[in-house]
Amino acid sequence: MSIQSTRKDLLIMAVFTLAVLTMPIWLDPIGAAYPDLLQKFAIFGIFAIGFNILFGLTGYLSFGHAVFLGVGSYSAVWSFKLLTMNVIPAVIAGTLIAGVFAVVIGFLCLRRSGIYFSILTLAFAQMSYNMAYSVLTPITNGETGLQLTQNDPRIFDAAAETTGLPITELFGMKLSGYPGFYFCAVLLIISFFISLRIFRSPFGLKLRAIKSNQVRMNYTGFNTRPYLLAAFVISGMYAGLAGSLMAVTDPLAGAERMQWTASGEVVLMTILGGVGTLIGPLLGAGLIKYFENIFSSYNEQVLHEIFSFLPDLFENIMVFVVNPFVGEGWHLTLGALFMVIVIFLPGGIMEGWTRLIGLFTKDRSKPDNNTPASAKAQTSEG
Amino acid sequence: MEEQKKIVLSVTGVQKTFGGLQALSNINLEIEEGKTHAIIGPNGAGKSTLLNVCVGRLAPDSGTVMFGDTVLTGKTPYEINQIGVARVFQTPEIFPALTLLQNVIIPALAKRDGEFRFNVFNSLSGEKELVAEAESVLEDLGLEDQMHDLSASMSRGDKRRLELAMCLIQHPKLLLLDEPTAGMARHDTNRTIEILKRIKSRGMTKVIIEHDMHVVFSLADHISVLAQGAIIADGTPDDVRGNPKVQEAYLGGAHL
Repeated sequence: MSIQSTRKDLLIMAVFTLAVLTMPIWLDPIGAAYPDLLQKFAIFGIFAIGFNILFGLTGYLSFGHAVFLGVGSYSAVWSFKLLTMNVIPAVIAGTLIAGVFAVVIGFLCLRRSGIYFSILTLAFAQMSYNMAYSVLTPITNGETGLQLTQNDPRIFDAAAETTGLPITELFGMKLSGYPGFYFCAVLLIISFFISLRIFRSPFGLKLRAIKSNQVRMNYTGFNTRPYLLAAFVISGMYAGLAGSLMAVTDPLAGAERMQWTASGEVVLMTILGGVGTLIGPLLGAGLIKYFENIFSSYNEQVLHEIFSFLPDLFENIMVFVVNPFVGEGWHLTLGALFMVIVIFLPGGIMEGWTRLIGLFTKDRSKPDNNTPASAKAQTSEG
Repeated sequence: MEEQKKIVLSVTGVQKTFGGLQALSNINLEIEEGKTHAIIGPNGAGKSTLLNVCVGRLAPDSGTVMFGDTVLTGKTPYEINQIGVARVFQTPEIFPALTLLQNVIIPALAKRDGEFRFNVFNSLSGEKELVAEAESVLEDLGLEDQMHDLSASMSRGDKRRLELAMCLIQHPKLLLLDEPTAGMARHDTNRTIEILKRIKSRGMTKVIIEHDMHVVFSLADHISVLAQGAIIADGTPDDVRGNPKVQEAYLGGAHL
């Protein structure tokens, strides 16, 4: 059993690595193969993987994870301003400082569970967001956002550039365009690997047990608080990493990254893909970012072109109907999609996938460990 | 004189009131090592309250609970479990989202890792000893066929046996059972009695709260009768059976 599952994990890692690194090729037919979007896939993938370690394994729903995203970004930009344009210190700083924030926020919020925990995290996020705009302006540069300037000290590579703003680099390699994507991709692969290890470890099983029955955990001899805090800090660090990568690909940081909509987005991604599954949150992140990209680029003009094959009257009707769902109204589409998923596929895309597989292979009744628990419990409860 | 007794659990002067209701009044109780001690009494007598005080779920208003030389009063449930007290609940508390095997591995991990251990780097499938032990415990309780099924889909009787397995894998020094056969069919009840007898032969001390007199008299070495928050009788099964106060408390106690 053990050798088999190790092999299976190796296979998962190999396929995953290959899939991520060849994204520029296989995403080309659907028009998603350009660095900007690919970077977003990788960055939000990391964010969602980390969020899933908290929400998927322990069931604690944080509504304030964007704080760590913001903290990661600010830290990375400060590293660019003060130290060097090399991205390594920036990424490390973003991850660690977000981790410190997560220790503090987690310690306070984890005194409560359920809806109260969610509200507490949301409160912290909104507090941080408002502070970034007001009292913390010296650090965050308020509404303008934190940007690079030519007068930054940058103690390690001060003498380098003279004209224009410097570009982020990795030991001399400029990280814009495809190199930027590959840097994010490598970190995504590492993040996925760590998440896989956590899922397979005794620690991960204990987290899932906390989600399943915390009372039993207590009477079984576990102090659940440190477990929850560890999960919270790990997922906070993932978010910090994602935030710092945002700054790597585009070296500026604004407070809007910490707004509750950003926190909500990662919740949507995780649920859309499949809470508690290994790969689901990644799919959710990719899907949302892809559709956001497509739908928000449409406008009335484009719609008229699309429906131009129809008679004028129908063309106008179609444009009138579809228009609220695209462009600025893309969130309406997202909301509708989300409702459909939650009502018909509570286990997200991954549940849909398992059901599809189940349709073709009827006799495979043994439950797989990675399918969402809620879905299985429902079908087996009867 | 009797040969020297070793007391595992001693309850001294425990009081507990809920609002105006005196749930437990001045309870004194001693549980001997290796014995099966049954606590019986009519509904609302305070049996479950007493158990909850012992495992740290409720804090008594006064009095202490000692486990050997350790004071249990004021400790949290997980600390009490780590000391060696395991508990089976009236309604089975298991991990419904996990498989039977995982359900049993969790308490084994608690025994090995203690209250907290950040073991993220080793894989669960590499923990061969732990898995083997879990499998043998499940086999012991006749649950090995369902090992890889989700525990949510089990029958209630099986859930109770699973919870028992989760306690047994920890090799507790003291096992507290809150109505281990409530709602079970006669066949399942007898099976549970067999299992509990087997455990007894291994020398594990047990406290059983039970309504079913068939279960009580087939297992108990010692019976304490609780009524309206006080112990009204305490002794061997034969003593208790003949005690007029007990018969009165049970309103004629037809089955005694």
